Amino acid sequence: MTEFANIRTIARKELRDAMRNRWFIVFTIAFAGLALALSALIQPGGTQFRMMSFSRTAASLINLVLLFVPLIGLTLGSANLAGDRETGALVYLLAQPVNRVEVLLGKYLGMAGALLATLTLGFGVAGVGLALQGGIQDAGGYLLTVILAYFLALAMLSLGFLMSTLAQKTAAALGGALFMWLFLVFIGDLGIMGTAVSMQLPIEVVFFIAILNPLQMFKIASILTIQANLEVLGPAGLYATDQFGDLLLPLLLLGLVIWTVVPILGAVALFSHQEKFILKGSMR
Amino acid sequence: MIIAKHLTKHYGKNAALNDVSFAIEAGESVALWGANGAGKTTTLRCLLGVQGFEGELTVNAIDVCKNSKVARAAIGYVPQEAAFYDMTVLETLHFYARLKKAPAQRVSMVLLQVQLEEHAAKRVNMLSGGMKQRLALAVALLADPPVLVLDEPTANLDVKAQRDFIHSVQNLNQAGKTIVFSSHRLDEVVALGTRVLVLADGSLTLECQPHELAEKLGLHRWLRIWVAAHHKQDTRKVLDEGGFTYMPNGRSFYVQVNLGGKIEPLRSLEAASIPVEDFDLIDGELVLQGANHD
Repeated sequence: MTEFANIRTIARKELRDAMRNRWFIVFTIAFAGLALALSALIQPGGTQFRMMSFSRTAASLINLVLLFVPLIGLTLGSANLAGDRETGALVYLLAQPVNRVEVLLGKYLGMAGALLATLTLGFGVAGVGLALQGGIQDAGGYLLTVILAYFLALAMLSLGFLMSTLAQKTAAALGGALFMWLFLVFIGDLGIMGTAVSMQLPIEVVFFIAILNPLQMFKIASILTIQANLEVLGPAGLYATDQFGDLLLPLLLLGLVIWTVVPILGAVALFSHQEKFILKGSMR
Repeated sequence: MIIAKHLTKHYGKNAALNDVSFAIEAGESVALWGANGAGKTTTLRCLLGVQGFEGELTVNAIDVCKNSKVARAAIGYVPQEAAFYDMTVLETLHFYARLKKAPAQRVSMVLLQVQLEEHAAKRVNMLSGGMKQRLALAVALLADPPVLVLDEPTANLDVKAQRDFIHSVQNLNQAGKTIVFSSHRLDEVVALGTRVLVLADGSLTLECQPHELAEKLGLHRWLRIWVAAHHKQDTRKVLDEGGFTYMPNGRSFYVQVNLGGKIEPLRSLEAASIPVEDFDLIDGELVLQGANHD
């Protein structure tokens, strides 16, 4: 039987480990620093612009999130289980009165807590900076962007954990994570654009292919939170606005939830049944 | 306390365990003896329920197959080389205590028991190999389990740490703990075991008392003795006269000894006024490997 107390104990340890992880600290400082720098650059000085500063900062932070969050989520997730398997720490943990679901969920939730804390710090520093400068009228859209960034982070971490259960070595897991990051951030976009042009795909097909990528889901949903329509995305954006109207944002949010839940459930299922993989080379 | 019936485990086409059955009473200290790949570690993994198997296995009347997590709560596990997380000794013990549902005061008790209280604030990676094994023993004892499972626990320790660790486990056995340990060191089996299960190619081939093991398996121990180069001829003469079986090896001699007579070659050399520069006690298989390379 799965016990929440064990999940919490493992999650707390993972959270503490992450806070001591120098790469994680570097990421946190870099993200918070860049977020603060963006918010400062967007202060144009006029009262009229200050009123819109939260939305403008959120728009700038979307690109930062699209680049940074998948990288850190995928790499942290993929290195976690594979690293423990390689050192033997995983099998020692599994030799205690815990089950595999508790171990995997504990690790996931701990890392998720650390990742969300980093995002909160980054967005928080930028938000406080903006609030101190003036207007907070559009803070709601900013908060929605933060929440969407949380879901993107959780989805990327889930994917990372799934890759971690599939890879035997940390190096392979990290390699897979970096490839996935490249694919989602760069290759996926270019591939869709190239395919759309060369095959002259209908606009609705282009839109549906695009939103298979969780990063595109986040991007479209974030733009929707800071402006009412998707004109900025061209014909595909207009098609989405016409087709789904007010349902678009909840649907995109649901998509991100599915991208979070499905990979982690897949990881749990694989991890629960991959005995030889877990034990290989680790119980010397 | 532990009952295994027809324990079988396959990795693909290879049988790691083949119809192994045994019973271990409460308070026993049973050694699993065998070469690498004989099935010792696989048997221990089955006891811990971290891998599937065919057959029946109960620990403390708990069906390991059906309820491995509860069975693990009755077992303290010490691996050959425990891989700890990057925490202090105290943090490590508190972490595992929470998982084992052990009261917090058990942490200070086990720290005292394994004599690590002075090192409680140290990070685990600052500990010596012997201290890490004592920490693994402390973790194993947190919930005061009736069974201890040790997988070649002294394999990576120096002689003093080996002796200290074996002494600690002997005390635990005398206090009533049931011990199951794997080993391929004869002295460890004799010092710690009350019974030996011999595994070969995944099958249980022999069950005997520790002191019978060497004779039943035709095992020998070898005393490696180093003497000065100018004493080599005299040493040969003394060993010949004493009726010892030996092999010269560079500046040293491998002399076959039995468990009760390890000191005899040294006494003979002392009587002949041949100073021994150094000596070591080695398993027979190692001597043969060494001799082949000589």
